[in-house]
Amino acid sequence: MGALAEGISVTTTQAGAGPWRLIPAAAAAAATLWFAGFVGPVSHGEIPEYVLPWVPMLGIDFAFRLDGLSLAFALLICGIGALVFLYAATYFRSDRRLGSLLLTLIAFAISMLGLTVADDAVTLFVFWEGTTVTSWLLVGFDHEREKSRAAALQALLVTGMGGLALLAGLLIMGGMAGTYRLSEMNAMGEMFRASGLYPLIFVLVMLGCFTKSAQWPFQFWLPGAMAAPTPVSAYLHSATMVKAGVYLMARLTPALGGTDLWIWTLVPVGAFTMILASVWAMRQTDLKLMLAFTTIMGLSVITMLLGVSTPEAAVAAMTFLLVHAFYKAGLFLSVGMIEKGAGSRQYPEVAGLAAAMPLTTTVIALAALSMAGAPPFFGFIGKEVIYEAAGHAPVLPLFVAGTALVANALMIGCAGMVAIRPFFFRPRRSPRDMPADPGWGLWLGPAILAALGLFCGLFPGTVDHALVAPMVHAVTGAESPAHLALWHGIGAPLILSLVTFALGGCLYLLLDPIRDRLAAAEPSLPRTEAWYDAALVGVAAIAGALTGALQNGRMTSYLRWTFLTLGALIWLALFVGHGTWPAFTLSREIMDWAIFVIIVVSIVMVLRTHSRLTAITALGGVGSGIAIIFVLYGAIDVAMTQLFVEILVVIFLAIAMVRLPPTGAMPFKVGNALVAAVLGLGVFVVQLSVLGTDLDLFMTVFFEQSSVPSALGHNIVNVILVDFRGFDTMGEISVVVIAGVASIAALRAGRRTLR
Amino acid sequence: MKSLILSTCTRMLMPLILILSVFVFWRGHNEPGGGFIGGLLAATAFALVEKAEGLEAAKRALRFRPQSIAAFGLGCALVSGVWGGLQYGYFLKGVWPFITIDAEGNKHGLPFGSIFLFDLGVYFVVLGTVCGILFALEDVVSREADVEED
Repeated sequence: MGALAEGISVTTTQAGAGPWRLIPAAAAAAATLWFAGFVGPVSHGEIPEYVLPWVPMLGIDFAFRLDGLSLAFALLICGIGALVFLYAATYFRSDRRLGSLLLTLIAFAISMLGLTVADDAVTLFVFWEGTTVTSWLLVGFDHEREKSRAAALQALLVTGMGGLALLAGLLIMGGMAGTYRLSEMNAMGEMFRASGLYPLIFVLVMLGCFTKSAQWPFQFWLPGAMAAPTPVSAYLHSATMVKAGVYLMARLTPALGGTDLWIWTLVPVGAFTMILASVWAMRQTDLKLMLAFTTIMGLSVITMLLGVSTPEAAVAAMTFLLVHAFYKAGLFLSVGMIEKGAGSRQYPEVAGLAAAMPLTTTVIALAALSMAGAPPFFGFIGKEVIYEAAGHAPVLPLFVAGTALVANALMIGCAGMVAIRPFFFRPRRSPRDMPADPGWGLWLGPAILAALGLFCGLFPGTVDHALVAPMVHAVTGAESPAHLALWHGIGAPLILSLVTFALGGCLYLLLDPIRDRLAAAEPSLPRTEAWYDAALVGVAAIAGALTGALQNGRMTSYLRWTFLTLGALIWLALFVGHGTWPAFTLSREIMDWAIFVIIVVSIVMVLRTHSRLTAITALGGVGSGIAIIFVLYGAIDVAMTQLFVEILVVIFLAIAMVRLPPTGAMPFKVGNALVAAVLGLGVFVVQLSVLGTDLDLFMTVFFEQSSVPSALGHNIVNVILVDFRGFDTMGEISVVVIAGVASIAALRAGRRTLR
Repeated sequence: MKSLILSTCTRMLMPLILILSVFVFWRGHNEPGGGFIGGLLAATAFALVEKAEGLEAAKRALRFRPQSIAAFGLGCALVSGVWGGLQYGYFLKGVWPFITIDAEGNKHGLPFGSIFLFDLGVYFVVLGTVCGILFALEDVVSREADVEED
């Protein structure tokens, strides 16, 4: 169905946004329903699997497995995907790039879906990179703007580097486990944790997760990625792509989790990123940017909870994952509604919109109440279970609870910023004269998401049974220890919640002074992004210096470096290797001596002449002499090739020579002569030592015996080229064609600059 | 600066070299020769025309754009690979549909098959690429000469 939608999107882009634009949304909705059919079986412990052989020799398959965690993600990706596709189809209705946007979004959705349901490490990595590349395209969607391109490149580089580290980590894990199935690796947790390679695996995998999920010190790419259009940010940077990192942490918890290294990395990094992001969220005036920072906060809460490594923390992490997906995607889309309806998403520029935009006000209020954690919304339950988990934390329970409390209070301030400031208590003000609610295509998605936040809060048992418990089972491998409920009785979590509300309320009232203080302090604070910039500048400087030194445009310089390197390698091999000196006898064949004379005379002519034409012709003499040697010793094919190449080279040089300046005197250069001597003598000695080595005819015998029976040819050289090693030849002729096209292009470019 | 002797000789030599190149290509599977050498030989034939009659004459003689010929050759090689893949499940596995082997191990029938097609692809790739670079080089050089004369 996805393929159908893609085809139609491409063909009708030019015709204008017809009803086809709704097809991706419909397809995603259908996929959601299909996955919803699995909720029942999966919650009863069934785990559907599907395996398609890929590289069976290496034990790599397209293996997919739908346990509770994968199913929840599949539902989020398809469900939120349907709403976002609908939103994008309306948001970009009159934009002729709508087709390409939807196409890339679908490609992204497929990658993300594959990533979350994959059970094979290599399959997972392929889809992981798929999300990296498609998100690069999506962030840089406004590719005519310099800022978008830079943000896209930054996101690509940071997450791409992390992806490479992840690949290395997964391969080490696969090598140790003897299987690439994640489900089988997860059963070998003891083995991984006891291994000496564990720290290396941990660091590599976490580099992948932290870059993808924007944890400190890699958090800076996510706010930059807000250069993407609003629907893209809502989808990639709230509900799906950035969650790939926490998904993988959760997925690999049975294999890698629970160690001291795990706990003492994830908890501090999560907590620090959480505080950092929620403080900086308060500093923003652009509502979308503010949401980006709160997204980092949401991701780091999950990271921290996964780090705590108790069953209660797993419940909290999985619950908060769902809470966050609903309210954050809803808020991102709603900010787009404010922008479309009132003309700006900077909250100082809009105010008093409640009367003019009642629908937008309601939707945002619902989503923001969930974000603030107010009862009876799902966010309230999410916050309660976090405090519950903090109480059970084996390490630093006070630290976990305290940081979570501060971050949650800051979230309340941010919720007020997006839900109260633009709408209530102030006279109406907006860049657009007549602010109004946007059409149904824009409000339907956020409204459904906001309503889901309320629904899940009112019926926590259903959500617990259908989604959270199976997710927790996938992460911990045991039954969920707690059940979600609105009313937990009076206890520490409730008291902490009340403190959070009080603190959050104060923070909201102090929003303006806090923001101005932070803005004033901002320039003097250290930024990890500066490290990234410095690294980028450094790489560019090294590359520039190297290119300038090696590729200076002078042919003699290229040749000198190439020959020197080759000569050095040859002499190194001679000294390190075990060459033997052959028995040396002078030839008595008259033909050998004749060829020797031809070649030597030709070389002397090359060296002595002042005319290029003579030099080239004399070089042809050297080549022809060598061709005759090949003929004499039975390598007819090689001789023929040598001869024809020799002829063509002379023709080419003759044409090019017309354009070269006159030679004049060519002084003898000692350096060049030395390079030539090093290489020439090296080749000579190597040839001799080859003669002194015993020749193993194993390959020759094999080809002689199997050439006719299995390839039906008598000419072994040709049979090897086109049959036994056909794949090599395929590569070679591809290179020949590419080189040909490139030289033609280079020649034509040269012609243009000359004019 | 046309040479009468060269252009008269070319008129006779060019078809001969082309026939020779096809012959070399044809015998390649059992005796010295093959697609690569055949392609080089054919390219020398067109290089000769180019030197004797000029660039335009050589382009006319070749009929198709050299890049297209090279691309066609690559396509031939790809098709032959897929052919083997479809027939035996291995990419580039040789398929000889018209050859039968009797009890003594002698083969009978027409030597046409996927490997033949592959070698033909090599022939066209070499011919197309060499001619392409040759023509482009000559084009640049002759135009620059014009610029200087102006």
